Amino acid sequence: MKTRGSASVPRERLSVVVTRRLPEQVEARLSELFDTKLRGSDEPMSRSELVEAAKGADVLVPTVTDEIDATLIAQAGDKLKLIANYGAGVDHIDVATARQRGVLVSNTPGVLTDDTADMTMALILAVTRRIPEGLAIMQRGDWQGWAPTALLGGRVGGRRLGILGMGRIGQAVARRAAAFGMQVHYHNRKQLRSETEEELGARYWESLDQMVARMDILSINCPSTPSTFHLMNARRLKLMKPDAVIVNTSRGEVIDESALVRMLRNREIAGAGLDVYEHGTDINPELRNLDNVVLLPHMGSATVEGRIEMGEKVIINIKTFEDGHRPPDQVIPSML
Amino acid sequence: MSKPALLLIGEITPRMRERIESDFEVIPLPRDETDTLADDTAKKITAAITFGGAGLTPELMDRLPNLKIVSNYGVGYDGIDMGRAVERGILVSHTPDVLNDEVANTAILLWLATARKLPAYDTYVRAGRWEKDGNPPLTRGTQNRTVGILGLGRIGLAIADRLPPFGARIVYHSRSRKDVPHEYFENLTDMARTCDVLICITPGGAETHHIVNAEVIEALGPDGILVNVARGPVVDETALIEALEHKRLGGAGLDVFENEPHVPTALRAMDNVTLQPHVGSATVETRAAMGDLTCDNLSQWLKDGTVLTPVPECADLQ
Repeated sequence: MKTRGSASVPRERLSVVVTRRLPEQVEARLSELFDTKLRGSDEPMSRSELVEAAKGADVLVPTVTDEIDATLIAQAGDKLKLIANYGAGVDHIDVATARQRGVLVSNTPGVLTDDTADMTMALILAVTRRIPEGLAIMQRGDWQGWAPTALLGGRVGGRRLGILGMGRIGQAVARRAAAFGMQVHYHNRKQLRSETEEELGARYWESLDQMVARMDILSINCPSTPSTFHLMNARRLKLMKPDAVIVNTSRGEVIDESALVRMLRNREIAGAGLDVYEHGTDINPELRNLDNVVLLPHMGSATVEGRIEMGEKVIINIKTFEDGHRPPDQVIPSML
Repeated sequence: MSKPALLLIGEITPRMRERIESDFEVIPLPRDETDTLADDTAKKITAAITFGGAGLTPELMDRLPNLKIVSNYGVGYDGIDMGRAVERGILVSHTPDVLNDEVANTAILLWLATARKLPAYDTYVRAGRWEKDGNPPLTRGTQNRTVGILGLGRIGLAIADRLPPFGARIVYHSRSRKDVPHEYFENLTDMARTCDVLICITPGGAETHHIVNAEVIEALGPDGILVNVARGPVVDETALIEALEHKRLGGAGLDVFENEPHVPTALRAMDNVTLQPHVGSATVETRAAMGDLTCDNLSQWLKDGTVLTPVPECADLQ
């Protein structure tokens, strides 16, 4: 940062380029603090727009829809110093290359934990209680009245919930599930400390295969990394009980989507609640016609409150960096 | 000796039917066909099974001079004329407790689904609009809300048990203050004014008819969400629709309706409403438990004239 002469002259502000529309309050604050170029529309940037944006900025504020790969980081040139991602997941950013080129990467962990866990619980209940079928009957105006055996779902109380990926969100899901009387099981790269396990009432499975085969509900809460790609592949999905359901509020790439669709269609698995898909918005068209799924457009963390908090984290990361310190939420390759 | 005659109002599961038919001569009474019941048949009826939606009208009760027991399949028995039943010494049983957890789950589900727009956004994805029109608008979250429970009975308490992970402040309104750590409101409108979410789980009947009126709905306000897993008439449906249409209420999650199975067309088209066909207790496990208890009450009555779970008004009859 250059300072010009006396302290009374304001120093040159960091140039910040934002790639997507952000909540109004966040955009206003960014504009106050930095030399900020906002994205007028909510359209994701094209590749060339993204390259231009990265070239012209000290700080790039991308989101999950922007592919920040090695080529783009190389094209950005020397001006770019920080990629302050708006969101927790950074699988769309080549963090290793950024580090090699001296570009810092930060994210916004934590703020979306509760919102995502709330949505996960909503999906678990909605799928086991056959919400889409009930809705369809009501919207068609076909309801004939209360009946003892109509639209019976499955009780979640006493059932086994397997959480794949026991990080912050996984643990938040465990807390909710316990309040609904579910038995919590989990698989994670590392076993939790025994105090945490005890607090959550969660049982660890070292073998994912063994856990998957015994669960009534499976919740995907692990990040997307090369080692979690298709972690739920066709072979593993087949291990699930035929009356089990799967819920994914994490990343679509963790599940082999075509294998899942096949099994849902053939009723080899009872249902699915999906907030994320293997190919972004380009979802398997067959999913749309299934009545045993709930499909959401990646709304896990999409709350007004969460998005403002995310923006506040981005601002703190940029501001701390501007002041000459490491951003509090810096992501380094060894963390991934 | 011939089996006693049982009037079956509504439907029962095959598992229940098997048990009932071994002990009773079952006389089914299809919906709205009270008049088809012949007088001599009506005279021999001593027992009845009914459910919340049908109840047992005073007119029908009058046609059953030898009725001794009504086993209600469900916890709500507001459709049964209890004044007349007690006067005649008719024992009425219901199925409390076995459905508390399920209905509480339904209440939370309706809140989460309405707040986070599950129905509208599921439709959005299915219609291919996500690809075409991009991300839909953000919703409000479900953390740190003030949740008001109207009717803090057994199910109300089960709802409260599920709220801590959502960081909710719990308040309640009921006829009397309970020995619970939650804040009590004597006035429902005052409570609605402080609430982000109002969950109705009070018994139905004359006392609670339209207790959630236009004033309460307005007090809940344009960001508020109303959830009804109680009985349709607890909420003034016309006032509700009016408030939703004019954005004076944020949203509604409804499992019950004023004139079931009629659902006002206006509600069907709204994207801030979650509609479910009275499935509060609708899981295989819970309905089996309710069915078992409905039959257990009749079995016990055959044995010694008492029931396991009488409704409070009948507790003194046995």
